[in-house]
Parts: sequence; structure tokens; C-alpha cells
Amino acid sequence: MENKTHISSYESHGRVLISLLLLTMLSVLVTWMEFGVFTIAVALTVASVKAFIVLTWFMHLKFESNFIRWMVAGVFVLFTLVLIITFIDYFFR
Amino acid sequence: MSKNEKYSHESYLEYQGKYKGIWGWLFSTDHKRIGLLYLYSIAFFFVVAAILGLLIRIELIAPGPTIMDAQTYNGLFTVHGIIMIFIVVIPGLGAVFGNFFLPIMIGAKDVAFPRLNLLSWYIFILGAILAVASQFAGGGAPDTGWTFYVPYSSTSSTNVIFALTAAFILGFSSILTGINFIVTIHRLRAPGMGWFKMPLFPWSLYATAWIQVLATPIVGITLLMVIAERVLQIGFFDPALGGDPLLFQHLFWIYSHPAVYIMILPAMGVVTEIFPTFSQKPVFGYGAIVISSIAIAAVGYFVWGHHMFTTGISYWSRWFFSFLTFIVAIPSAIKVFNWISTMYGGSIDLKTPLLYAISFIFLFMIGGFTGLTLGALATNVHLHDTSFVVAHFHYIIFGGMGFAFFAGIHYWYPKMYGRMYNIKLANIAWGVLFTGFNVLYFPLFIIGIQGMPRRYFDYLEQFHTGHFISTIGAIILIIGIFMMLFNLIYYRHRGAVAPSNPWKGVTLEWQIESPPTHENFEEIPEIKTPPYLFKKES
Repeated sequence: MENKTHISSYESHGRVLISLLLLTMLSVLVTWMEFGVFTIAVALTVASVKAFIVLTWFMHLKFESNFIRWMVAGVFVLFTLVLIITFIDYFFR
Repeated sequence: MSKNEKYSHESYLEYQGKYKGIWGWLFSTDHKRIGLLYLYSIAFFFVVAAILGLLIRIELIAPGPTIMDAQTYNGLFTVHGIIMIFIVVIPGLGAVFGNFFLPIMIGAKDVAFPRLNLLSWYIFILGAILAVASQFAGGGAPDTGWTFYVPYSSTSSTNVIFALTAAFILGFSSILTGINFIVTIHRLRAPGMGWFKMPLFPWSLYATAWIQVLATPIVGITLLMVIAERVLQIGFFDPALGGDPLLFQHLFWIYSHPAVYIMILPAMGVVTEIFPTFSQKPVFGYGAIVISSIAIAAVGYFVWGHHMFTTGISYWSRWFFSFLTFIVAIPSAIKVFNWISTMYGGSIDLKTPLLYAISFIFLFMIGGFTGLTLGALATNVHLHDTSFVVAHFHYIIFGGMGFAFFAGIHYWYPKMYGRMYNIKLANIAWGVLFTGFNVLYFPLFIIGIQGMPRRYFDYLEQFHTGHFISTIGAIILIIGIFMMLFNLIYYRHRGAVAPSNPWKGVTLEWQIESPPTHENFEEIPEIKTPPYLFKKES
């Protein structure tokens, strides 16, 4: 097991904070735009980018082993599959 | 050994830590004591819910009101379902036997996060108390059924919020236990215990833990959305508020179908430990069992829509979910094949744990095949919401998880308490229980096919015979349960002292004292052989 500690710099935390704030603003802005059937896809894309940033820097996934990264990636694959399957109902109803 | 002798070592039962007496239990972070805390609390709630079930059956012994009115009946079957599903069946095997035996079976001294483990139990108790309180507080017992379907659950004047909050809290306990088990298995396996040298019960817990962690948050947030809809009038699910009721069903079953696998996978794990021990033969197809556990967990995640075939979901959805439902039967059947092959040619010792394990296969097969009947689109339309479904899921959940739990408690009881129960009485109790179970649930298949709806307080005269037989079965079943409980409780202190390995098992729990010491092992064992090597092979 690794015993190294990884402490991100204040600068990188600051960049993440600004990115999250900008993306939150984007999340609100897109609610005023009409995307039709892609409304949910757009909202989820923005949310996914935010989740990616949080996981990578704030939750230190960037510094973890590939095994842990693949496990997290697996969760995203699962989440995507669940969404796709749910929308087989909504798109073809 | 005589009855009055006592084991000579200091076990976890006598160990005095920082706290004494009852506090030594309530504040203990020992995985074994926490396992027993779960056992006693789950057993208590099981008896409560079983009695509610008996009352439901007595009400249905004849058409028309018998011992209660319709609203009380609705409340009873709802609370029966909530307690059984969320408090007994979902946590049951993992929380009790997983907590007690997972660390021992992988050669560890405890789980990875012992304090989190104790916290999980407290959260569990909080949720359980709230669930039972919902029966009595303010607006009356919730009457939505355990599935909380909207729009009714967002408009019913009964204590729905209480019950929803209870289920939400119970979900947290499940998630924390799941995380604990995943980390424990990843980090605390004994030296030399590679993934494919790990016994199969821990494997089943591992597959289950992933479902707990990944699926439970979905139902948690869904139940919160129903609360938000009721309290804040936000239109998520109620069409009157602009919501979509089918969205609730999707979200609910995205969790609640995998929850069936949270129940059944550890059950399969338990019986997979029992068959080799009582056949004195290595488990047949170790790799196939591991892979089928993972396959069940993975594919089982994507079959939730088979609960919604008649709701108006799209044709392609129905096709897809029906297809996957049939696919998930394959790994389940592989396991059955492996269990039977494990017994084939073995030196079979037909003791109580094996009786329960064999009846698990029998009942699970009936539940599984009737599941395929329900998974087929055409027959589902006819059978949906009939008592056929009630019989099917009781065969899976009670016949599967319940009988595996009884198998597990009879298998590991000598290890947990260092005492033997009365085997003859245990066998008789098994016979009564097994008979009562089938007399109770099998007639429900028949009247279900004939058109008896589920959850109905009253019924037509043509269903009377089926209901009458079923109620007789319920009474036999309850007698069997109390016989079993009497045996286990009475011989807890009076039974003969158990040797460390009464069944000649080969996994690690049988290599240590009965009951185990506080830290399980004096020295962490080094694993050099596969887990199921019996004498003639080793």
C-alpha cells in the first residue's frame, strides 16, 4: 500500500472552484434555452463534467491507482447504461 | 462433552473491553457482537412482521370482514411488507452472517471500519423504530404497500412520510455496510488469499455490497422526492402536479429489483458453504459460482422493467426487459447445477443445515420458474397483480433468503455460541416449517392463475378453498418458526458444548475456537491452498 500523501496546491483548488462556479452558472443558463429532446442530455453533460472535476481533484482520484480509477469508471458506465435503458421507454413510448 | 462443561478459552462473549454489561454490547465495535446485535434486532422484527402476516392470512380465511376492517388490512400488509423487506430481508444475511463471518473467513481480525460498522447498526435501529412507529402515529398506518407507488403515496392521508423516511434511513445503513464489506475484502484478506482462494460466501457478499453501494442511493433520493412532492407540492411523479408516475416506478425498481439480488446472493453464498461441508467434497465449479454471482449482480441490475410490463412502458422496453429477465435465469441455473453436482457422489450427512439448504434449492427453483412465467410478456399480462405474484416472490424471498438464513443459523450456531442445539427437534421444526410454507404459498399460485387479485381485502366465493388452505398453512408455518426459535433460544445456554469443528468444515471459521476469541486469530493465517480442500484431496 502506498503511504504517500498527495496534497493539491491552493492554486489547483482555486481553479476547480472557479470551474465549478462557472459550470453551475451554465447549468442555470441552459434552463432558459430550448433543446427539445436533448434537454436532459445537456443538463446531464454539464453535471457530469462537474462530477468529473470533483472526483478528479477534490476526491484525489488523479492520485489513485488505475484499479480504483477503473472502478469509478465502471460506476459511470453503469449509470450511463441505466439512463439509456430508462430512455428506451421514454423515446419509444 | 457433557452439557454442563464450558469451553476453556475467553471468547468474544466473555471478553470485557472498555465497557461492561449491556454497554459492552451497545458500544462494541467487535464485528461478531455487532453481528449478534443485528441478529437479535432482525429476529425481533421478523417475529413482529410474521405475526402481522398471520393476521393478514386469518383475515383472508373467509370472504368478507373476519377480524379487521379494510383500512386496517391495508395498513397491515403495508407494514408487513416494509418490515420484512427493508428491515429483515435486505439487511438480514449480510448484516448478521456477513458481519460475523466475513472477517473470520478471510482471515481478518475485524472489518475495515469497525466504528462505521456500529454506526450502521444504530442507523438501522433508528430506521426500524421509525418504520414500526409509522403504524401507530397520527394519520394511521401507511396503506400504500411497501412499493409506495405514486400518485397514491403522494396523496394518501396516512403516515406515508414516516414510512418513507424510515426506508430512506435504512438505506444509509445498507450503503455503509456495503462500503465496509468492499473495503474489508479488498484490504484485509489474509496473506496468500488471492481473489480465487477466497471462500464463496465472502464472494457473494462482495457482489452484494456493490449492489448495495450503487443501487441504494437511487431509491433513497426517489423516496425523498416523494416526500418533497407531498410536502412542497413539487411535481415529480404526480400527474396532477405535472409529474410522471412511471418515472417513480422506474426509479423505485432500479433499486428494488437489484434489492432482490441483495437478498438472494448472500443466501446463495450461505448454501454454497453448506453443500461442500455436508457432502465432504469440494464445491463443484468454484469459478463458475464466482462468475455467476457477479453475472447475477450485473445483469440483475438491468431487469427492473419487468415489474412494469402492464403500466404502458414502450414496446421496446418491454421486449428488452423480458429478454434480460430470461438471461438472468442462466447464472442462477448454473448455481443450482453446481450445488447439485457438489452433493453428487459426496458423503452426505443429512443434518439440519443441509435440510434447509436442499429445501432452499427446491423452493428457489419454484420461485425461479414462476419468475420466468412472470417475465414472459404474454403471461405477465394475465398474472400481473394476482396472488400468483405474491406466491412467486414469497417462494423467492422467504423460500430463498428465509430458508438460507435458517440454514445459516443452524450451520454457524455452534461457532457463534459454542453450544449445540437439539438436532432432532431442529429437524422436526424444519419439517413443520417446510410443510407450512408450501401449504401457505402454493395455493396462491392456483387462485392467482384463476384471477384472485393481490392486496384485496375481500374475494369471491370461488377463491375460498384456496385461501382457507393457505391460512391453515400459515398457522403450521408459524408453529414451525416458534419451534425453531425455541430450540435455538433454549439450547443457547443449555446445549452441549460445541467442538471447534462439529461439521468437519474446512473454511477458516472452523479452524478457530467455538465461540471465537475477541480477535478471532492469535496469528493471522497464511493461505496456501484453495478454500474447499477436504482430507482425501489435501
